[in-house]
Amino acid sequence: MAIELRNVSLRVGVETHIYETDLSLQPGQFNILLGTTLSGKTSLMRLMAGLEKPTTGELWVNGKEVTGIPVQKRSVAMVYQAFINYPSFSVYDNIASPLKVAGLPKKEIDEKVRQFADVLKLTPMLERLPSELSGGQQQRTALARALVKGAELVLLDEPLANLDYKLREELRDELPRMFADTGATVVYATSEPLEALMLGGYTATLDEGRVVQFGETSTIYRNPESLAGARVFSDPPVNIATIDKRGDNACLSDSVSWKVPQVLAAMPDGRYKIGIRPHHLSPVGSGVEVDGEVQIAEISGSESIVRVIVEGNNWVSEAHGIHAYEVGQKARFFFDSARCLYFDANEMLIHTQG
Amino acid sequence: MSRIEFSDVRHAYPPPPGQAPVYALKEISQVWDDGGAYALLGPSGCGKTTLLNIISGLLTPSEGSILFDDRDVTRLPTLERHIAQVFQFPVVYDTMTVFDNLAFPLRNRGMPETRVTQRVTEIAEMLDLSDRLGQRASGLTSDGKQKISLGRGLVREDVNAILFDEPLTVIDPHLKWQLRSKLKELHQQIGVTMIYVTHDQVEALTFADKVVVMHDGGIVQVGTPIELFSRPRHTFVGYFIGSPGMNVLPCSLDGGQPVFANNLLSSGYPADADLSGKLEIGIRPEFVRFSDDGIPVEIQKVEDLGRYQVVTVRHASSQIKMLVGEDETIPSHNPQISFDPDNLLIYCDDWAVEAEHA
Repeated sequence: MAIELRNVSLRVGVETHIYETDLSLQPGQFNILLGTTLSGKTSLMRLMAGLEKPTTGELWVNGKEVTGIPVQKRSVAMVYQAFINYPSFSVYDNIASPLKVAGLPKKEIDEKVRQFADVLKLTPMLERLPSELSGGQQQRTALARALVKGAELVLLDEPLANLDYKLREELRDELPRMFADTGATVVYATSEPLEALMLGGYTATLDEGRVVQFGETSTIYRNPESLAGARVFSDPPVNIATIDKRGDNACLSDSVSWKVPQVLAAMPDGRYKIGIRPHHLSPVGSGVEVDGEVQIAEISGSESIVRVIVEGNNWVSEAHGIHAYEVGQKARFFFDSARCLYFDANEMLIHTQG
Repeated sequence: MSRIEFSDVRHAYPPPPGQAPVYALKEISQVWDDGGAYALLGPSGCGKTTLLNIISGLLTPSEGSILFDDRDVTRLPTLERHIAQVFQFPVVYDTMTVFDNLAFPLRNRGMPETRVTQRVTEIAEMLDLSDRLGQRASGLTSDGKQKISLGRGLVREDVNAILFDEPLTVIDPHLKWQLRSKLKELHQQIGVTMIYVTHDQVEALTFADKVVVMHDGGIVQVGTPIELFSRPRHTFVGYFIGSPGMNVLPCSLDGGQPVFANNLLSSGYPADADLSGKLEIGIRPEFVRFSDDGIPVEIQKVEDLGRYQVVTVRHASSQIKMLVGEDETIPSHNPQISFDPDNLLIYCDDWAVEAEHA
């Protein structure tokens, strides 16, 4: 399904939930809406589903305007974060319910239910009630119900947020495969950058009711057009600082400076902002040296996340391996200035390469 | 403050009529040192909440005993165990002020008001709640309320231990690390035994000095974060800690060295190893590299995760995940991989074979 928002906005009372937005989703692909809580992900989905009428603008589906056509008349399925199943129905009947409503013959219903139960590894649980399932199995049941309808537009609103992280890891891997053969256009809302990267496909970064950027997921990650885009697509947060650009030098402080790329050297002197990804700020290595005071070092098994104050800025270093620090410890960190993102006074990216 | 000991504890919930009991907790003997910071880590259903409820006295175990400093408390009710608990969701009295909420456990025990004020002020200071003490709790956000719950857990000085059951669930992801660091700092300041239940490896590894990994009703490993990462004692620990988890591949032995799908591998194990049972090698994705002279593989999937790439390859009937740097190129033809011998582990019936005992 090709779905397109043309100049769509959503206002509720005096509040603007979505500013005027143009967005053409990639048909038959995974389209991710990435943003923090209240950035407008759910509002955008509800607009796409037809659950919400836009204040301005139009919704087009397969070249036809569908603004205002109720959701029941369109081929849409939605799965929410808090998964909903019929508590008194078995897993089988839960999955079968949309097909029964559609009045399909029994034999066809049975085939489809078993096919999707198999894909979602629910076959051994078909006779159980939702209350007898783990959280992950309940969510898979809700997903199977959304899939079995064969809807052309599937909207998934943070569907893995309540699950164990290991289960999330597995489902993130399985989900794109499950939908790959169905041809459905999938819209997937998440607040986690890593989840977006794992799912691949296309990503729209959202910031306070605005679509910042839309394109192939890894391109959007690597080439944020603005500081807002870089912020949304970085967890832990991207390290930001104001530099004073003097000639071809970037000065973070009186003692920390480095050479800027030619494009920036040619621009007027003054204040610019830089962004350094946490994994480009390292406790070991070479490059620009900065000294900081450690707030905490967290270890995630194979990686260390060190929160550190550098020249008054709250920064984070994400490094491979185990790096232990005491709270308040003074420590030196390094970054490669070639990895720096530079932003102008309007917080737009200055393209320094190519 | 106390040292807590579990001696041969087992627990089964009442089975449905006519069925044999299923043990939610298999035999557990474990010592929790006085003043330690422990995390209980495991997936839902592994028995961690059951274990916590046995410590607090909400559950009496079917078998075994619990000792606080060598005193048997197995049959003692919760109230007499002097345990503070913080739950997943904030439990606060909405109509009371922040101060009165924090003072509640102290006033309940008849502490003189001057001492109450002193103690509440201290705790509020630690949790950055000082400027809100006069406010009603109902006006706070959910993380503000959870801070009060944490504060109520920490305010009593006479507790044997503080138990936390997934206390950061309701906290906004962007604020979680601040509370994690606060808790760690508080533990260092007050030195009371803390046991923290979570299914989140980052929370567990950050908070605790010792992480207790649970699987299927039993404890599979107790270790520091480094131990859990580099020497998982059980294949489950290898899988559960780290993302993606450890590769576990079938193997046989030849002259004590592991053979994976007809490839003789080098390892740090002695040449005379002789083992029987289900044999597997464990190798973390971090320690699998592309090499010119290794095991031929077929590349199935490359995921660009920004700071690194996860490459899924196949050899014979096994799938192997490897981590590759963000700038590294993936070989386009005849890709071959090798395993770092120093980080290659051998498992026999899912338990790690110690190199010196092999």
